[in-house]
Amino acid sequence: MVITPEKTKQLAQLARLALFGDEAAEFAEQLSGILTYTQQIQSLDTEGTEPMIYPRATKTIMRDDVVVPSLSQEQALANAPQMQDGMFRVPRIIEEE
Amino acid sequence: MELYQKTAHELSGLLAKKEISARELTENVLAQIQKKDSELGAFITVTGERALETAQKVDELRAKGEKLGALAGIPLAVKDNICTEGILTTCASKMLADFIPPYSATVMEKLSLLPMVGKANLDEFAMGSSTQSSAFHPTRNPHDPKRVPGGSSGGPAAAVASGEAIMALGTDTGGSIRQPAAFCGVVGLKPTYGRVSRFGAVAFASSLDQVGPIARDVEDAALLLEAIAGPDALDGTVSSKAVPDFRASLKRGVRGMKIGLPKEYLALELAPALREKLAEAQRYLEAQGAKCLEVSLPRSQYAAAVYHLIASAEASSNLARFDGVRYGHRAENCPDTLTMYLQSRSEGFGPEVKLRIMLGTYALSADAYADFYQKAQKVRRLIADDFAHSFSQCDCLLLPTTSDLPPLLGQELEPRESYTADLCTVSANLAGLPALSLPSGMSEEGLPVGLQLVGNHFQEETLLKVAWTLEQCFGQVEVK
Amino acid sequence: MEYEIVIGLEVHVELKTKSKIFCSCSTAFGSEPNSQVCPFCLGMPGALPVLNQKVVEFATRASLALGCTIHTSSIFHRKNYFYPDLPAAYQISQFDQPLATEGKIALTDGNIIGVTRVHMEAEAGKSTHQGDNILAAEFSLEDFNRSGIGLIEIVSEPDIRSPQEAKEYLERLKAILEYTEVSDCKMEEGSLRCDANISLRPMGSSKLGTKAELKNLNSFRAVERALEYEVERQTQLLDRGERVVQETRNWDEAKGITSSMRSKEEAHDYRYFPEPDLLPLELERSWIEEIRITLPELPHARAARFEQEYGLPQYDAELLVGSKALANFYEETVALFSEPKEVANWVMVEVLRLLRSSEQEIQQSKLTAKGLAGLLKLVQDGTISGSVGKTVLEEMFKTGQEAGEIVEKKGLSQISDQGKLEEIIAQVLAANPKSVTDFKAGKGKAMGFLVGQVMKQTRGMANPQLTNKLLGEFLKKQ
Repeated sequence: MVITPEKTKQLAQLARLALFGDEAAEFAEQLSGILTYTQQIQSLDTEGTEPMIYPRATKTIMRDDVVVPSLSQEQALANAPQMQDGMFRVPRIIEEE
Repeated sequence: MELYQKTAHELSGLLAKKEISARELTENVLAQIQKKDSELGAFITVTGERALETAQKVDELRAKGEKLGALAGIPLAVKDNICTEGILTTCASKMLADFIPPYSATVMEKLSLLPMVGKANLDEFAMGSSTQSSAFHPTRNPHDPKRVPGGSSGGPAAAVASGEAIMALGTDTGGSIRQPAAFCGVVGLKPTYGRVSRFGAVAFASSLDQVGPIARDVEDAALLLEAIAGPDALDGTVSSKAVPDFRASLKRGVRGMKIGLPKEYLALELAPALREKLAEAQRYLEAQGAKCLEVSLPRSQYAAAVYHLIASAEASSNLARFDGVRYGHRAENCPDTLTMYLQSRSEGFGPEVKLRIMLGTYALSADAYADFYQKAQKVRRLIADDFAHSFSQCDCLLLPTTSDLPPLLGQELEPRESYTADLCTVSANLAGLPALSLPSGMSEEGLPVGLQLVGNHFQEETLLKVAWTLEQCFGQVEVK
Repeated sequence: MEYEIVIGLEVHVELKTKSKIFCSCSTAFGSEPNSQVCPFCLGMPGALPVLNQKVVEFATRASLALGCTIHTSSIFHRKNYFYPDLPAAYQISQFDQPLATEGKIALTDGNIIGVTRVHMEAEAGKSTHQGDNILAAEFSLEDFNRSGIGLIEIVSEPDIRSPQEAKEYLERLKAILEYTEVSDCKMEEGSLRCDANISLRPMGSSKLGTKAELKNLNSFRAVERALEYEVERQTQLLDRGERVVQETRNWDEAKGITSSMRSKEEAHDYRYFPEPDLLPLELERSWIEEIRITLPELPHARAARFEQEYGLPQYDAELLVGSKALANFYEETVALFSEPKEVANWVMVEVLRLLRSSEQEIQQSKLTAKGLAGLLKLVQDGTISGSVGKTVLEEMFKTGQEAGEIVEKKGLSQISDQGKLEEIIAQVLAANPKSVTDFKAGKGKAMGFLVGQVMKQTRGMANPQLTNKLLGEFLKKQ
């Protein structure tokens, strides 16, 4: 299974990781190696097998509609890299081209 | 014998009888940290003052005649991916180097009377099996400082093994409690998925993670498990099953029990010392009245592949929240959010974390989803079915914790070697089963050897009972 | 070339549960920023979702009201993407196993719009852009109070065939949801949002054309206008033989145009996968049935009943049931003053007019059903004329006073005293001989003029029916 440096850059972008220098090539090689290893599962017959998302068969636990006060504004913002007027400040929002 | 060398249950007795105080015990352990940690590197943050405050409180309560739990006053190390209110919680990453959570994990709330001596080192974001990928410093194996303590809970295991803590909390996603416990000669238990709340434990792979005890001996592990287990309103995946007294059945013996030996695991390339200890364990159990039989887990060989796909997929999503917006590292001078994301995450994460994020991103991507992520989840079910089938033939499984002895620091493992090692531990996470690693003496070179027991869902009592029995054979590994 | 318009609408509705969908933070509107947050809705490490049962109940109720099939098994998925208002960089939503599917909404023209699905998801936080314009802003500010509020997303089949139908669909949807009381459904407050998809295809074709997705639609009227603009735009493109680009377009309310937001097909790979932190949702059929039983009478059914019970024409009935509060107001009034058609006219014309001009909903106004019934009684028994009644109603609206009080204070009682009226009529006739002549010459308008003069002299308080009668008699004698 080959992951090219090009594909690696795409994955990095999707995951919001910047790659520098030889990183794309290096990661490409490592990813190819791991994915090749994992490809062995393709040979198993899984016809009729449901994917297992949850380790135990059980159903969801729900809670009542009750308000429980949690963090104060101060606590919420305590680790903020930048804030203004009680809100988290971020630079100009642009999306992927 | 020094206080820091004793087990928690022994110390608990002394504390209850007021033969020692929590304060002096904590001071004793802190002194050990002072002495050893510059070499061992088990801790990221030492919280001596707080520990002493807690110890003080415990002594005061006891003086007043208050009835306290068995573990009150016992010095504890906590893996640094478990949130502690008001105390740095870094996950051994530059991304969270300055992060101080305004909340504590539920397990911490339950252990409020244990003096926490420090936040222990780990592989960055719990991704690794040697603690070498910590962004701050590696941890060394107390039995041989040139070797790794294992990972990702290398810090907690090394702390317990060296007397820098009496017990510790780790997390296990693919073996991260059990393997370092084996490498450091201590007991490590991964509970059944849903036995212990994950609230406040920084998520790596949500359907695989569990918080669990690392301790000197089996009885200590039972005590700590009982203290942290149970339902939590803040974690919808925790079972409402009652938490039994895990100590009660420890000494009941194994007569009449059936111990399964999974042939696929025994056929792996294992270090000779491991094989010897497995054989010794088998003989001992039979001598004690148990019956050992061969079982088969036919799809075992696929476990590492399945694990890597599922764990990295879930991790790629769980780690996306580290984006520099609300907390954690934000790169400087970014003119827009796209740059801010790219820079912050690249500066904040180490290479192993980035690799796994990209792997997981690929597995979930539109083209690959069916053949990789979804296929892995199907094979996961087959692997779980294999285990379920085996439990119709036996009460628990005996197998190696890992395939080799602790490697040297800086030594790169061949991918094949690391996958083989992974195979031993990841399947229990995939199936959500409880699993325990027990020290079974030393190899010729003086390195700890660990054995693993895997049980059916919510059968920790069974595991603890068999482990306690084996402990009578192998004894504890001494804290130097 | 004649084109068929194909429209689908995606509506997001905020559910008015007290706490959020996956955490226990308050959903109250208007608090200090970041004061209703917790580790979970802030996306902090180690925090986990726990599902609010009330959200499931509300979502189920809304889905049943829309005629959907409720699935006893459903799961949540993660939708992964990066945006500053999304604290965990994924939204917990439902993907291929939603709560409900296959509902419908019937429109007045007989067209039935299918509801493909209704699913639950979590709201994101609120971004405020410096300068109010995201494209020109230097920075943005994030408030996570809103993050985690429970939403339902309602997706229609592309069955809508005109911008007008789209507007009506939204009005009906809002009415249905209001009746179930699961949401305030206020677009202006953000508790209801709508995105529209529109494409054109040659009439008779069954293949779907390329669609454009429209965003930033802040009112039902905006939805209609934006779709009208798009019909134009796409028609022109297709007529010229050009392709419609599949893209997201932003509606500019001020300029009245849509403009492209993204120039190519969304490259968004959301990498949906089942949410591992939330176990499968299993609902008991009996629980669902209990909710079905407690559903209120929905607008469609209520309108049908109004036609039957009150003998109202379809148009009136449909208008009155448009809002639950209005329908309640109507019925309460009829219970106190049993002239359903009369009440209907007053509500549809006068009351709605006053509500519109004061920008209020009926439940916010000072007018009560008792009040209106009281007013109508005064008109019925002749104390005041209908037109005076309208004035009194305005006053009631402003002050909340009873009709009787206002009539007394302002001395507005009708003059129904025959003697008095005859006096005034005599005066008016004497003062307007030309009109009398005109009337006798057959000019019907003259009568109206004379009535007007009587009204003028009595400041509108002459009983119109009696005035007409007496004036008619007088003129005959002339």
